[in-house]
Amino acid sequence: MSKGILYDATLCIGCKQCEQGCATENGLPYDDRIAAEEVTSAHKYTVVLTKDDKFMRRLCMNCDDPACASVCPVGALKKTALGPVTYDKSRCMGCRYCMAACPFGVPKYEWNKAVPGVRKCIMCSKRVAEGKQTACAEACPTGATKFGDRDELLEEAKKRIHDNPGNYLNHVFGETEVGGTSVILLSSIPFDLFGYRTDLTERALPMYTYQVLSRIPDFVPLFGVLLGGVYWITHRREDVAQAEAEEENQRKGGVK
Amino acid sequence: MTVPKIRFTFWKAVFVVIMIAGAYVTYLRFFHGLGAATNLSDRFPWGLWVGFDVMCGVMLAAGGFTLTTAVEIFNIKRMHSIVRPTILTAFLGYLLVCAALMYDLGLPWNIWHPIIMRNPHSVMFEVAWCVMLYTTVLALEFSPIVLEHFNLQKPLRIVRRLMIVFVVLGVLLSTLHQSSLGSLYLIMPNRLYPFWWSPLLPVFFFLSAIAVGLAMTIFESSMSSKYFGRELELPVLIDLGRALVVVLALYGILRLEDLYHRGALKLVLVPGYQQRFFLLEIFLSVIAPLCLLLVRRVRESAQGLYLVAVLTLLGFVTNRLNVTITGVESASARYTPKWTEVVITAMFVALGFAIFGLVAKYLPIFPEEKKALIPALREPAFAEVAVPVHAGD
Repeated sequence: MSKGILYDATLCIGCKQCEQGCATENGLPYDDRIAAEEVTSAHKYTVVLTKDDKFMRRLCMNCDDPACASVCPVGALKKTALGPVTYDKSRCMGCRYCMAACPFGVPKYEWNKAVPGVRKCIMCSKRVAEGKQTACAEACPTGATKFGDRDELLEEAKKRIHDNPGNYLNHVFGETEVGGTSVILLSSIPFDLFGYRTDLTERALPMYTYQVLSRIPDFVPLFGVLLGGVYWITHRREDVAQAEAEEENQRKGGVK
Repeated sequence: MTVPKIRFTFWKAVFVVIMIAGAYVTYLRFFHGLGAATNLSDRFPWGLWVGFDVMCGVMLAAGGFTLTTAVEIFNIKRMHSIVRPTILTAFLGYLLVCAALMYDLGLPWNIWHPIIMRNPHSVMFEVAWCVMLYTTVLALEFSPIVLEHFNLQKPLRIVRRLMIVFVVLGVLLSTLHQSSLGSLYLIMPNRLYPFWWSPLLPVFFFLSAIAVGLAMTIFESSMSSKYFGRELELPVLIDLGRALVVVLALYGILRLEDLYHRGALKLVLVPGYQQRFFLLEIFLSVIAPLCLLLVRRVRESAQGLYLVAVLTLLGFVTNRLNVTITGVESASARYTPKWTEVVITAMFVALGFAIFGLVAKYLPIFPEEKKALIPALREPAFAEVAVPVHAGD
């Protein structure tokens, strides 16, 4: 069963315990200065954004069919069966296609290192594999960030909207966006106020490339034969022309 | 062949300055990271080095596969004499692209990883393999020139016998990765501005590679006649110009149809920098060259064709930069390359010109008699007469 995270912004009090828990789990520095940073980065995998008295978390959505893993030429990024999208620096060659392709702009880069890597939330893949919940969910004092089975969390999210329609936007962000994500969000104010794109396709992004790439194996023998065939015909014409010219010569010679 | 005149003390000075600056930026890049050497950021991860050095580099090297297809596959004999310079340009182009990748990749020493670590769902994986294989094929296509120079008859015979295999393989690989450079962006329908994102991206990239291949060959022949005292084979260039008309018209119509069907045509009326760059691109790459080529006097003159070629090249360079930079800015962040990025790009362009000049000087890439890649098994039925015309006259 695939795991997931449900973040319910209406329960969030903006205490940033999730940020702290995330930093500790991933061995990242965390102090007041970093807490004040309002973007995720190579040293901050999740951030709690504030808009008046409302909050919203940003973190890797851990897509069901992630663009980053699909575009990675060396398979450094992988979607695991349990849900997390993991990264293996030993495979990475640093092409940053994952960063260009991610619809949420999640993967970050260690721009100032001579031996840089991609950095992002990997949904605490180690902890999840051990049957534990993610560090952010564990740190959350109000239950705004909840870890569990993705399907059950989705049901619960819909139930919360159903039971309390005045309290929520009628939209579980991540249910269908880019084919669905392991992290799903609830909010009372529009998601785009926090930089989430609300015009995303419901289609899994890797399908856009796959419909072209999957034809290549069929294309290669066809095109190869076509090229060889054209070569044969164009050169054959020359043979024929020459043979005819010789015949003509012989005939003329014969008459003489 | 006349000895090339040493006339460019100014350009030599420029070259030296660029190389010194390049050496400094190389130090910055490898000891202080991409952050110190570029204006790239988390919001803008691909910049000038991807947009120009890789995208345009591969595109500008398309003359190799365009001309080998014309000469070896379609057996257009009168173009034999200009195949070798295009293969040299292509080979150099790909080597420079690979070198430029060493700057852009974060972990360049892992560049070989796609050989053993595979993700067949990744367009980049496919491009990596195609570029690797095609660079090898180009080395083989180029090898007769070196073997002839050192008069190594035995390997020369082997290479020549296998040449048709290399040629077909080369055309196949080029078709795949020229189009795939466009496919790289298929996965970004929400990021790339609608002028440029299209399900037909691979088709556009392929067609424009052919157009650029033809334009680059005209450009190159004109330059060679100017700087190496080569005779300009105007009839051949006129043929290339005619082919260019057809390819550009096809490309232009397809772009128009695609914009119309996706409902993106009305965006042409929306003021903004995307609109300006789009109009610039379309004007340079399609409208201006086609209008010029419609005029017989332009289509059949060396200067006219040279002008058309330069416009076409500028147009498609603009197209590639629009796809990689202008088109993604609205969804991410504004980006202007840092001077250090420009220096590295200039360094590779300068190296390209310099190495081409050196090779042209010392290796038989402009043979006195017209030599095909695959030597004709028999003499051509009709001898072709090239009309020598000097570009400067």
